Amino acid sequence: MAGIDLEVMDGEFFSMLGPSGSGKTTTLRMIAGFELPTAGRILLHGEDVSHRPPFERDVNTVFQDYALFPHMTVGQNVGYGLMIRKVPRQELDLRVGEALDMVRLSGYEQRKPSQLSGGQRQRVALARALVNRPRVLLLDEPLGALDLKLREEMQIELKAIQQEVGITFIYVTHDQEEALTMSDRLAVFNQGRLEQIGAPADVYERPITRFVAGFVGISNLLTGDAARSIIGQEGTFTVRPEKIHLAAPDAPVGEDEITASGRIREVVYVGPDTRYIVLLDAGSELVVTQQNLATSSTDVLAARGNAVRLVWKRQHVLPIKDGSRTEES
Amino acid sequence: MTSITNDLPPPPRGLLRRLAGWLHRRPSVRLGGLLAGPVGWLVIVYLGSLAIMLLNAFWTRDAFSGQTIYVPTLKNFEDLINGPYPGITLRTVALAAAVTVTCGLLALPIGYFMARIASPRLRNALVVAVIVPLWASYLIKVYSWRLILAEEGILNWALAPLGLKGPGFGDVAVWLVFTYIWLPYMILPVYAGFERIPESLLEASSDLGGRSWTTFRRILLPLVFPAMVAGSIFTFSLTLGDYIAPATVSTTIFIGNSIFANFGAGNFPLAAALSLVPLVIVLIYLLIARRLGAFNAL
Repeated sequence: MAGIDLEVMDGEFFSMLGPSGSGKTTTLRMIAGFELPTAGRILLHGEDVSHRPPFERDVNTVFQDYALFPHMTVGQNVGYGLMIRKVPRQELDLRVGEALDMVRLSGYEQRKPSQLSGGQRQRVALARALVNRPRVLLLDEPLGALDLKLREEMQIELKAIQQEVGITFIYVTHDQEEALTMSDRLAVFNQGRLEQIGAPADVYERPITRFVAGFVGISNLLTGDAARSIIGQEGTFTVRPEKIHLAAPDAPVGEDEITASGRIREVVYVGPDTRYIVLLDAGSELVVTQQNLATSSTDVLAARGNAVRLVWKRQHVLPIKDGSRTEES
Repeated sequence: MTSITNDLPPPPRGLLRRLAGWLHRRPSVRLGGLLAGPVGWLVIVYLGSLAIMLLNAFWTRDAFSGQTIYVPTLKNFEDLINGPYPGITLRTVALAAAVTVTCGLLALPIGYFMARIASPRLRNALVVAVIVPLWASYLIKVYSWRLILAEEGILNWALAPLGLKGPGFGDVAVWLVFTYIWLPYMILPVYAGFERIPESLLEASSDLGGRSWTTFRRILLPLVFPAMVAGSIFTFSLTLGDYIAPATVSTTIFIGNSIFANFGAGNFPLAAALSLVPLVIVLIYLLIARRLGAFNAL
């Protein structure tokens, strides 16, 4: 891990996004106290907790494998933290009930974790952490083991729960869509370094490094000769695939628009939209995404090999810092 | 692209192939062929000899001629209840329990260290160190202990400078020897039990406020307990039936010694009846162990 400087706001849904081995989970584990930093400090509401053991930190974790205690019932699992804090029996039962209510598992107190589905276990893990009302809730790829449909449902639910309880969530994921849809802000990690921090729209629309452009979305880079002849400038530029329009080779081009001619090399039909991979005459490749508003799969697949003109607004071209990391991280 | 086709000649249709095909269509015949040997062994040799033993327990021996009288009677069982045997049985069960508890207490830290602290290299070395004594002859081990515990043995020699003395031969010696001999049978399942517990469970406990002791008592111990019960099946039942170790380092009589003595004296019916005692105790023990989840831990 290289130097990481992160500040998370109170009550924020903050995501740490990056490929495996990028340092996001290590960062999370250091906040939780499972790993100790060799240098630097971790402050929780101004208090230095860098060298405190996990049981003396006011944070709770939702583990990737849920880590439910198999020999305890759901109720005992959720009540574990309260039991250790010697919360009186009555209040404990009440709070466990409330927490299970929140994750829509009322009445499951007596079940064993082995009797639950993956999605239900995930909710129990969430309830077990939230019931302690921590300052910060850490979530380590909590939806990674769920299938796509359930994952999308849980994304919405998690976000709703976070807004309801108002606790700071720090969420680790390698899924860029998940990070974009759920977070108030997100941090992109790569090789133990922080590449960019910002609101989802900022990071997506204005990636500042080549890595971020490629990891959050499709990279679509223009460099060297291609950049010179199409943009008219030296450097590396990116343009998001949905900002590009496919037009006929002889279509007129507006004043504020940039254009490039090429040939469709490959067509990928993905249902609601189609991805065209266009080989530019200037010697680079761009991916173009078009919604299938009026076209069918037969139409779009027939377009393979056609000569086309790509058109996009000048404002959608973004300069990228070459190299893969920022200076100030 | 070249197309992929199967240009190999068809396999020859020999007798073995035809037989294999015939068996393939008859799963019950296949299963029968597979299990005939082991099931035959189990039923005829193993359960058969047990049945003969049970039957023997209902005969008696003519005290005068020494001949077995083949008339069914409950006399042997009356002897079991009235003679010195209830005391011997109780003593044996107490010994087996003491050995089991000691093995459990020793295996807990060793198993924990092997599974969760030792480096993979050291772990392998320790597993070997635990298993290797099982390969050594039982008799050699028992007689080694006889040498260790003898009046002029190495233990007394080592303790002498401290002004101490070893336990010598007797009940303590029997307990020591059994604990030593059966300990691997406890360490191995306990080690495997600790290894099966995911690290994240311990992290979760710590994350939820549990200190090391709480995590040990609430998470580790309950999760490894079935493995300890599994190990105890060996330590308990092996101690229950053994007669060589007590005879070597003690003069106290345990059930095994009684069976052996009666057998040696030619009183097969009483020996058979006595043999049923540890058998019944072990059966009861297994039923309890199953309730405690030991069989899921093996």
